[in-house]
Amino acid sequence: MNNRTKTFIRNKAIHFILLMLAVAIFSFVLLELSPIDPVNAYLKQAVISPEQRIMLEQYWGVNQPLTTKIWGWLSNLLQGNLGTSLIYRVPVVDVIVERFMASFVLMFFSWIISGFLGFGLGIVAGKNKGGWIDKLVKLYCYILQSAPSFWIGLLILIIFSVELGWFPIGMSVAIGTVSSDATIWQWLARLVLPTLTLSLVGVAPIAMYTRNELVNVLSSDYILFARARGESGWPLIERQALRNILLPALTLQFQNFAELFGGAVLVEQVFSYPGIGQTAVAAGLQSDVTLLLGIVLVSAVFVFVGNLLADVMYFFVDPRIRENEYLDKN
Amino acid sequence: MDDLLNVSNISISFTQYVQGLNQHVLKVISDLSLSVKEGEVVAILGSSGSGKSLLAHAILGILPENGNCEGDIVFKGEVLSQERKEQLRGKEICLIPQSVNFLDPLMKVGEQAIGDVPKEEREEAFKKQRDVFSKYGLSEEVDDLYPFELSGGMARKVLLSTALLSNPELVVADEPTPGLDSQSVKETIKDIKQMAQDGKGVLLITHEIDVALKTADRIAIFYSGYVIEINKTENFNDVNNLLHPYTKSLIEALPRNGFKLTEGVQPLDDVDGCPYFENCPIRDDFCKNNIPSLIEHDGVMIRCHKYNGEVE
Repeated sequence: MNNRTKTFIRNKAIHFILLMLAVAIFSFVLLELSPIDPVNAYLKQAVISPEQRIMLEQYWGVNQPLTTKIWGWLSNLLQGNLGTSLIYRVPVVDVIVERFMASFVLMFFSWIISGFLGFGLGIVAGKNKGGWIDKLVKLYCYILQSAPSFWIGLLILIIFSVELGWFPIGMSVAIGTVSSDATIWQWLARLVLPTLTLSLVGVAPIAMYTRNELVNVLSSDYILFARARGESGWPLIERQALRNILLPALTLQFQNFAELFGGAVLVEQVFSYPGIGQTAVAAGLQSDVTLLLGIVLVSAVFVFVGNLLADVMYFFVDPRIRENEYLDKN
Repeated sequence: MDDLLNVSNISISFTQYVQGLNQHVLKVISDLSLSVKEGEVVAILGSSGSGKSLLAHAILGILPENGNCEGDIVFKGEVLSQERKEQLRGKEICLIPQSVNFLDPLMKVGEQAIGDVPKEEREEAFKKQRDVFSKYGLSEEVDDLYPFELSGGMARKVLLSTALLSNPELVVADEPTPGLDSQSVKETIKDIKQMAQDGKGVLLITHEIDVALKTADRIAIFYSGYVIEINKTENFNDVNNLLHPYTKSLIEALPRNGFKLTEGVQPLDDVDGCPYFENCPIRDDFCKNNIPSLIEHDGVMIRCHKYNGEVE
C-alpha cells in the first residue's frame, strides 16, 4: 500500500467519523426539539397517575440536561446499543437488520436494472442525437424526472394490480398467512412492482447523463481523429467512447444511492413493502424515537458508502489517477 | 505530373441558430483552391482561427453536421463523395492532428494506433505499429503508455506515426508544430520533408511562416476565407517576386526583412469586393465591388485585379 492509498483511507475514515458524529448529534437535537414526548408515545394514551408518570420520566431521564442526554446517546451508540423500539418491543438493531435486508434486495435490483437500462438508453439517444429515438428517450426522462415516485408507484399499482390483476396489491404475504410461511415465489411476486417503479424512476438521471456525456465525447478531438483514421459507427463508440463515459456514469449511479433510498421510502409505503422505508414512516408517525434515530444513522451510512464507492471507482479505476500512483512508487 | 489532390473553389459555411429559430449562415471559407502533387509539400498559410483546419476536415469528410462544403475535392482524378472520403480516410488519406488531445485519454497509444482491426489481424497490426513507432524513435514502452504520460515530443511522434501507419499517399498535417520546442519543430520539418521524398503528397496547414518556408515547395496564402496567392517557396525570399500586396506586407513584416508593420485587420464578414480592399495600398474603385478570381500565371496563382501579368 503506498502513501496515496493510505492518505485516501485516512481521509475517508476521518470524514466518516465526523459525518456520523454530526448526524447522530443533529438528529438527536432535532428530535429533542420536536413535539414528540417519549413518555406519551410509550403509554399510547393509557391512563396513569401523575406519580407513575414522574417515575417513568425519571427512569428515562426526560428532564436531564440536553448535554447529558446527548452524551448518554453517543456512549450507548459506541457500544452498539441503539435502544429498544417502542413499536416492535425488540432491539432497534434487530428491526433495522431485518427491514434493511428486505429494502436492500429491492434497492439492489432497482439499482442494477436502472443502471443498465439508463446507460443503454443514454447511449442509444446520444448516438442518434436529434433523431426521433433521442427525442423519445428525452421525453421519457423529463416525465419520469418531474413525476413524484409515489405517483408512478400508484399508476403502476393501478395498471398491474387493479386492472390487470397480475400482482398482489400490497403486503409482503397474503392476509392470514404468517410471513415466515410465505414461499419465495409469493415474496418475489411482491418484489416485482416496487422494483419496477424504482427502476423506471431511476433510469431518468442516468440516461440523461450518459446521453450528454456521449454527445460531448463524440464531439471531442480524439473522436474526430479516430474518424479521420477510418473508424466509424458503433465500433468507434464501443472502442473509444464507452470507456470514457462508463466511469462518470458509474460514479453517478453510486452517488444516486441517496435518491434510491429516498425513493424506496415512498415506494415501500405505496406497495406496503415491509422495508426500511416503510419502517421509517411508521417510526415517525408513531413517535418511535429510538427506531427513527437508528434508521437515520443507517441511511447516513448507506449514502456514505455509495459516495465512497464512487470515489473509489475514480481513485483506482481511472488510469490517469492509477498511473500517478505508479509514478509515486518509483 | 498529375495532381494528387486538387481542391477547387471550396467554400465552407455553418448553419447556426441565433435567437430561437432564426438561421444564420456563417461563411468561414469563401473560395479556396490549391493542388498537391506527389512528392510535394504544399503549405496553406493563414492566421490562427481563420478556419484553415476546416479544409483538412472537408478533405477527410469529418466536418460537423451543420457544416456545408461546396466545390470539388479531386483525389487522383476522382471527385470525392462523402462515401468515398469515408473509404479513403485512414488508408490513402491521413491526418496528422495538432495535439495530444486528439488521442483517447483512456486508451494506450499502441492500441489506439492500430485502430479497429479484427481479432485475427491484431498481432500483425501491432507488429506494423511497432515498426513505424521504432522508425520514429519510439521505444517499446511507449506502446503501453496513456496519452497523458507522453511528453510533448513523444506525443508529436506518436501522432505522426499513427497517421503514417497505413502508408497513405496524401498526408494532411494540421498545425503539427505549435507549442513545440525548437528541436521538435526541426524534427517535424525533417519528417515532413522525408514524407515528400518518399513520394507522398503533403498538405501542411500552418500559421507559422518559418515552418512553411522551411518545409514547403509551394505556399498558398489564405486571407479572410480566400486563397489570394499560391507561389513557389523560393519566391518568398525576395519580396519583389511576390505578387499580392498582402503577401508582400506579410513577408516584409518578418524581423529579418525589416519588421515593416502594415495596419489593419482581416474583415470578419463577407465583403462585396476584394477581401483585401480595406487594407490594400493599390486599390481602386473597381476592387470595392468586384471579387477578383484566382488566375494562373506561369505556375503561380494570384487573386488581384491590379495584377497585370507582370511581377512589379
